[in-house]
Amino acid sequence: MRDITMGQYFPGNTVIHKMDARTKLLAVLCYIIELFFVKTLAGFALMAVALFAAIAVSTIPFKMVARSVKPILILLAFTAILNLFYTDGDPLFRIWKLTATWQGLELGVFMMVRIALLIMGSSLLTYTTSPILLTDAMERLMSPLKALKVPVGELAMMMTVAMRFIPVLVEETDKIMSAQKARGADFESGGVLKRAKALVPILVPLFVSSFHRAEELAVAMECRCYHTDRPRSRLKSTVMGARDYVMLALMALLFAAILFGTNRILWTFIPTV
Amino acid sequence: MRNEIHPAPMLETIELTFSYPGEQRQVLKGVTLTVERGSFVAVLGHNGSGKSTLAKQFNAVLLPSTGKVLADGMDTTEESLLFDIRQRVGLCFQNPDNQIVATIVEEDVAFAPENLNIPQAETAERVEYALKAVGMWDFREHSAHQLSGGQKQRVAIAGIIAMRPRCIVLDEPTAMLDPQGRQEVLATIRHLNREEGITVVMITHYMKEAAMADRIVVMDDGLVVLDGTPREVFQQAGYLEEIGLEAPQATSLIARLRKTCPALRADVLDEQEAAEAIAAVLREVKG
Amino acid sequence: MSSVEARGLTHTYSKGTPFERTAIDSLTFQIPAGDFVGIIGHTGSGKSTLVQHLNGLMKPTAGSVLIGGKDIWAKPDEIRALRFEVGLCFQYPEYQLFEETVYKDIAFGPGNMGLSEQEIDARVREAAALCGVADELLERSPFELSGGQKRRVAIAGVLAMRPKVLIMDEPTAGLDPRGREDILEQVGRYHRESGATVLLVSHSMEDVARYAKSVLVLEKGRLAMQGSVAEVFREEERLSALHLGIPQVTSIFRRLRAMGFDLPEDVFTVEQGEALLRPLLEGGRDA
Repeated sequence: MRDITMGQYFPGNTVIHKMDARTKLLAVLCYIIELFFVKTLAGFALMAVALFAAIAVSTIPFKMVARSVKPILILLAFTAILNLFYTDGDPLFRIWKLTATWQGLELGVFMMVRIALLIMGSSLLTYTTSPILLTDAMERLMSPLKALKVPVGELAMMMTVAMRFIPVLVEETDKIMSAQKARGADFESGGVLKRAKALVPILVPLFVSSFHRAEELAVAMECRCYHTDRPRSRLKSTVMGARDYVMLALMALLFAAILFGTNRILWTFIPTV
Repeated sequence: MRNEIHPAPMLETIELTFSYPGEQRQVLKGVTLTVERGSFVAVLGHNGSGKSTLAKQFNAVLLPSTGKVLADGMDTTEESLLFDIRQRVGLCFQNPDNQIVATIVEEDVAFAPENLNIPQAETAERVEYALKAVGMWDFREHSAHQLSGGQKQRVAIAGIIAMRPRCIVLDEPTAMLDPQGRQEVLATIRHLNREEGITVVMITHYMKEAAMADRIVVMDDGLVVLDGTPREVFQQAGYLEEIGLEAPQATSLIARLRKTCPALRADVLDEQEAAEAIAAVLREVKG
Repeated sequence: MSSVEARGLTHTYSKGTPFERTAIDSLTFQIPAGDFVGIIGHTGSGKSTLVQHLNGLMKPTAGSVLIGGKDIWAKPDEIRALRFEVGLCFQYPEYQLFEETVYKDIAFGPGNMGLSEQEIDARVREAAALCGVADELLERSPFELSGGQKRRVAIAGVLAMRPKVLIMDEPTAGLDPRGREDILEQVGRYHRESGATVLLVSHSMEDVARYAKSVLVLEKGRLAMQGSVAEVFREEERLSALHLGIPQVTSIFRRLRAMGFDLPEDVFTVEQGEALLRPLLEGGRDA
């Protein structure tokens, strides 16, 4: 459980840290979309280089960023295997009734790399951006939705509180699991049904304590004059500066490179435009 | 002898009773109490004595069933004054984890000023003042969950101080902390009272902690049963043990010995005073 | 009634990464069967890591743990069975309650042991009685109970496994004095009646001095002191260098000795102190 690094923030003083959270949020969104356009080795190489460069600039140890992929390794392997066997094409080898194909191998590897880069890119965002600034950025980017009566401010506050409590709940889950194991609970053996049942002694206490926490937190917030019907000020607000525009321009360039450089279908359209 | 600029006491309850909605049992059964400006009052009582319910009455988290509560002269039932009351009288709870809203220390401390729509520059000033007052300024960029219990509680207190309250009410602020955390938080509370001039009401069930206040109010079964200086209250060690409070060993030993040896000084607060009191009688017996 | 032994017990978290941290370092000690041991030390001294090794919840990165003379990791598939022999009750154990009724929750451990319905019933009732959980509470939901009651139910859930070694990690944290007293009395009773070896992790020197026979002192993951209660609390200077105290009564007697009175050194409880001083104070003049 301790491996979950999501929502952690490592303060720093680099260009990436200082960049406006809105820029970073847009850049990561852009990066994720680009990942799904990439279909060639060269394209993935370009995407990886862009991310590694950003990690290097941020001075966050590469190991830390890579660790964020750990919790979903099984999912990655599963997708790769699925792709390997369920893609039509030139046979590579056979196991039982399943045929692995070259095309499947390619697709599988690409899908793995794609998801890994996606997770690492998003982690870099949360590692280098304080949660408040991140939720502020979301609130500001979504502010046009206020006109549609979407409670943007409240949503942002929910995000803030959720991020604050991720590590608290992870720790609590750990503790409850140990306590039940000490009473002989068995989470490791048995079929699906038995394992699902074994979760009850963890989930019930976790829910009970979360409700309790929520109640206490709500009172504590009220005591600190929280309200939703009047404007709130901000301790930190950043202004978009040169570095933000440079970053956005870079992302646009990368987008263009991906679209025009690696997608043959688009190439064929160019001359006719 | 009230100050002319501030004619009203900091906190005042008049014949305050309270039952939780839908429940018959009265948790507070007529509490009349005055807390003077700048004072440091400890409220002692075992679980269920009504002390935590009383704390929540002071800043309108709970409202009286009958009677009155005046916070800095303002009636807590006056809805239009709610924000003023909560700014003047801050309330800090037992579990620091459930009070910290934002991940990063300084952002959490800024929560109240942001709610009050204080301009950015002043918010920053208040955050600095509050974190320095609790000795956590060096940790401003840390994640709250990496801090120790005592440090978290100090951050929670800073979150209240950032409202610039005149009074801070703390509901068992040390109950979940280890001895070191307890020391840190108590030192912080004393500093706020002595150096920053903030009125302090500290709810606790530790007599040792209550000893550092100017005045102790003891509650049992929804009523104030004792009210006096620590020395006056500690003389009643036997009675305090009867109502489920634990006297520190020094106080308890003296109280027991006094049953057969009334010559012992009764109002001792710590081990040094107890040793001196016993020594005085022993010398006399010998001499 | 099993002995507990650690040989060079070491645990290093995140070995081989920049986050590497040794929580306990080469601990070697022997606790004879049937002993009552107090474990003291600061938060972060490694107490929690140590106790989780003793019932196999954590695996040592070096060294070994022996229960009843046998290395617990000799046969890793039997580690679950070991947890029934070495009962571990965590801090704030009420957070582990999950069943619909108090009865079922106490029965969770014995049920996992694969005992017969009859045997489970006998154990649940025995443990409930020992922990002062009244019969009429058994069919109630654990979530309706008061904090102190929940704590007792959770402890009963561990005792119902009839562990030969019982480890309590700060069982009284957050309780008021009356609740603390109750719980410690119940642990003491289990020790006397079952003859089990008991390890009590505590921040309260008074509690350790009162209930334990011997003491382990941890500091920064190492064993700083080990000995009988008398041997350990005699070393006030060493303890205070570790920022740990001694019971107040012990301190009063040390002060009196320093003033030249001929009094014994090893006095830890109010009762002992009272018994010693009362005859000496006879003849003290009425105040």
